[in-house]
Amino acid sequence: MTREEAEDSRDDMLIDGCEPQQRLDNAVPDGFDPNYLKVYYGKLFPHADIFKWMSYGNDGKHPGCDQSYFGRREFSFTLDNDIYLRFQSFNSASELENSIKEKCPFKIDIGPVYTVDPAKRHAYAQAGENVFTPVERELVFDIDITDYDDIRYCCSGADVCLDCWPLMTIAIKVIDTALRDDFGFNHILWVYSGRRGVHCWVCDGKARRLNNEQRAAIADYFRLYKGNENSNKKVSLVGPALHPFLVRSYIDVLKDFFEEKLLRSQNLFSNEERYEKILEMIPDESITSELRGKWQENRRSSISKEDINVVRWEQVKHLLQSGKQKAQGLRRCVEEIVFSFTYPRLDMEVSRHMNHLLKAPFCVHPKTGRVCVPIDPNHCEEFDPTSVPTLSKLLGELNMMGGLRAEGDNEWDRSSIGKSVSYFRSSFLQPLLKSCKEEIESSYGAKVQQSKNSMSW
Amino acid sequence: MEIFPSQGKAFAADDVVPALPLYGSAPPLEVRLEDFELFAIDRLRVLKGISDGLSRGKKPDEMEDLVVNLWKANMRHPQASEVLNKDIISHFVLRLVYCRTEELRKWFLSMETTLFRYRFRRETSEVQRALMAEFDIPYKAVSIAEYESVKEKLSQVARSMGQSLSSADAIFYKVPFEEVPELVASRRVFIQKGYAYVAMNQIVSLVVTQFRSNISRALVLTNRKWTSTIGEQEKDRLMPIVEALSVSYLGPDYSQPTEFEEISLKDIDQVAKSSFPLCMRHLFDKLREDHHLKHGGRMQLGLFLKGVGLNLDDALSFWKAEFSRKVGAERFDKEYAYGIRHNYGKEGKRTDYTPYSCQKIISSTPGVGDHHGCPYRHFSEENLRAALGKMGVGNRALEDVIDKVRNRHYQLACTLTFEAVHGSSCDAGINHPNQYFSDSQKILNSKVKQLS
Ligand code: SF4
Ligand SMILES: [Zn+2]
Repeated sequence: MTREEAEDSRDDMLIDGCEPQQRLDNAVPDGFDPNYLKVYYGKLFPHADIFKWMSYGNDGKHPGCDQSYFGRREFSFTLDNDIYLRFQSFNSASELENSIKEKCPFKIDIGPVYTVDPAKRHAYAQAGENVFTPVERELVFDIDITDYDDIRYCCSGADVCLDCWPLMTIAIKVIDTALRDDFGFNHILWVYSGRRGVHCWVCDGKARRLNNEQRAAIADYFRLYKGNENSNKKVSLVGPALHPFLVRSYIDVLKDFFEEKLLRSQNLFSNEERYEKILEMIPDESITSELRGKWQENRRSSISKEDINVVRWEQVKHLLQSGKQKAQGLRRCVEEIVFSFTYPRLDMEVSRHMNHLLKAPFCVHPKTGRVCVPIDPNHCEEFDPTSVPTLSKLLGELNMMGGLRAEGDNEWDRSSIGKSVSYFRSSFLQPLLKSCKEEIESSYGAKVQQSKNSMSW
Repeated sequence: MEIFPSQGKAFAADDVVPALPLYGSAPPLEVRLEDFELFAIDRLRVLKGISDGLSRGKKPDEMEDLVVNLWKANMRHPQASEVLNKDIISHFVLRLVYCRTEELRKWFLSMETTLFRYRFRRETSEVQRALMAEFDIPYKAVSIAEYESVKEKLSQVARSMGQSLSSADAIFYKVPFEEVPELVASRRVFIQKGYAYVAMNQIVSLVVTQFRSNISRALVLTNRKWTSTIGEQEKDRLMPIVEALSVSYLGPDYSQPTEFEEISLKDIDQVAKSSFPLCMRHLFDKLREDHHLKHGGRMQLGLFLKGVGLNLDDALSFWKAEFSRKVGAERFDKEYAYGIRHNYGKEGKRTDYTPYSCQKIISSTPGVGDHHGCPYRHFSEENLRAALGKMGVGNRALEDVIDKVRNRHYQLACTLTFEAVHGSSCDAGINHPNQYFSDSQKILNSKVKQLS
């Protein structure tokens, strides 16, 4: 089968929603192809870094290292023909690398660290019951743009564009700040999911050891949408003040984003259907009918130069915040509207349980061909999902480098994935491993001290 | 062994909630056999009342009143000196009863913890501090200087709960946030760099966490002892009482479809229409309509269907038929089939999961995109009316149902719906969606028999 045929027969795998690639001389046809993937895993995928990360310092020489640690981690592979292999485990960096290269998984998921090697769980199960349970797992979050479909008008479903992507950007800002300032976590990795959202990995030792109840508590701390599909109100803010976390999110991020970006980019007030959605959130009929009256008339009368969305939003705010409304429980309404349209929507289930699997960074999304690259939360507004390196672009670059390559040379230094790998190393992995080392040393020290004490009894 | 008493005398005057024991170890008391049973039944009434209160979604203040009243009504003893003994003995008897399966332990733990929580809340702050000391809770109050530095935030939190921060209750404990998950979950504390500032009146949460983990551990131990020794020794004396107590109040758990033959795929639309409670009917219809349900919905409906008698193979093809229309058969096999086999105990931990009870469904928190939960609780009135209309509930009955819902009697509302739809009464009330189903089938089958 020629390459063209191969592509035709798997047109479901073609890039969707991705801008056309420039055709270079050495260009590789767009899209996703298992053969490209093989090359990617062979030359570009940072196997060693993933191993170092998942070892959390336990691959070192220090006597406090737990040599079994990495081998108790579950990986799962989704292969070409949709074969799904769960409970894979590896005892060394080379085992991991060889297996990935050999199986060439379309997707690699990372699960928890268990009490025992997950690949041998049945053997243990026969020996006695219940020895096989998860003991450690990063605290993870999954935010998916499809959960915003009721408030974005530019795209729906799996599509994203530069008008709706900023919703993800502010979600990163809100959650990242809270994870650091409120919960005191330091080692946080944000990753583009390859298509329509972002994943977050919180890797501090403290985070990895949280139990399910504590995970659920953090997820709930972030939860604002009390409404479900069958009730009217999605966000309801009660009480005379907001929690400091919400205040900070509102003032530092959400309000400005709503007023300066979203209003216009999504044209929130541009037609009746859209503004009715906002009027629905205002529980006072005299106000909604006054506004509705103005806007229906306004359509017929002259068009002012100012943006219609901005003008109408100012009107809403003016009416809701005027002195006489303050007492009537409507003061929260402006905030409620802003929160409804901008506040991060997390997939709670993913964060709640230790044993939820999450796609590994640097995988390639089989539909878009995009690499799941890390996102720097300090510069997340610069991240553009449509210009993420794709498999075909990377392969094109490799072909260009072609003969110039010296053996042992790191390919990614010169390819467009290089920036992502070096960000991963310098901003995430190095500080993480440093603190892991300290933790291992100090807990080993404490243990030695303890055994000394007990000997002197 | 000793009894964990209580700084009793100081507040003996308050005869509603007397000393609060921590149930550290079994009492060395002589217990008359009939007391053994009677005390236990009285305590069960309290726990059962708490369970009902929770499933009505009562708010904390209402729960507190409820607990105090239940306690007053059931846990008195003619001799004042015996009140504490009754409390302790009844707790330990029920431990024997409820230690024996995971499901029973979970229920008991959650009810006892709730009971403890509200009793603790009623204590004076001296008693509370004494109990904290007894629990060995190591945290110190924050210094004045530190308090001043975060005062602004603490007062924001207080106001967000409709309270104000008076200098009188300016005692705060600084605690790793992991220790107070429920306060974190509801944003009732200020959290900074990993530490939660817990107000004196929230200390209950810390103590409750401790209480829960003590009792939880104790239940597992009791179970071990029961299976290894006590059960055998007490085969004739205690065993029958324990057995009787455990079935009299809990009812079947519907994890095994016993009463009816399996239902088959071709009948499923038919029985969904005639015999599913609204919560399941809604999920079922949504699934047919959207060809998709989110995790919570898949669990709630999937386990229910298992309880109803849909076998694993049928369940797989049922879900696959719908999901593959939305995500394709491959993705179904890859991402969703596992979860279904998991429900049937064929993957993962291989435990058989039990269908959710009303209480569990009512206290769930469906979010964006979710359709699970109990419609009586989670629908807006407008949507509920429409759904009931679709079920064929007539006007008059509909108003009665809505009335119950407004008073937060969700299960009663469901019972009325059952009665309206089936045209016959349901005296036991609805406690479990699978009970709704089996009661409905009983009625329909007997009607069929009458006809033939
Ligand atoms: S009361 Fe129970 S059975 Fe009835 S709808 Fe609610 S959860 Fe379902
Ligand atoms: Zn868009």
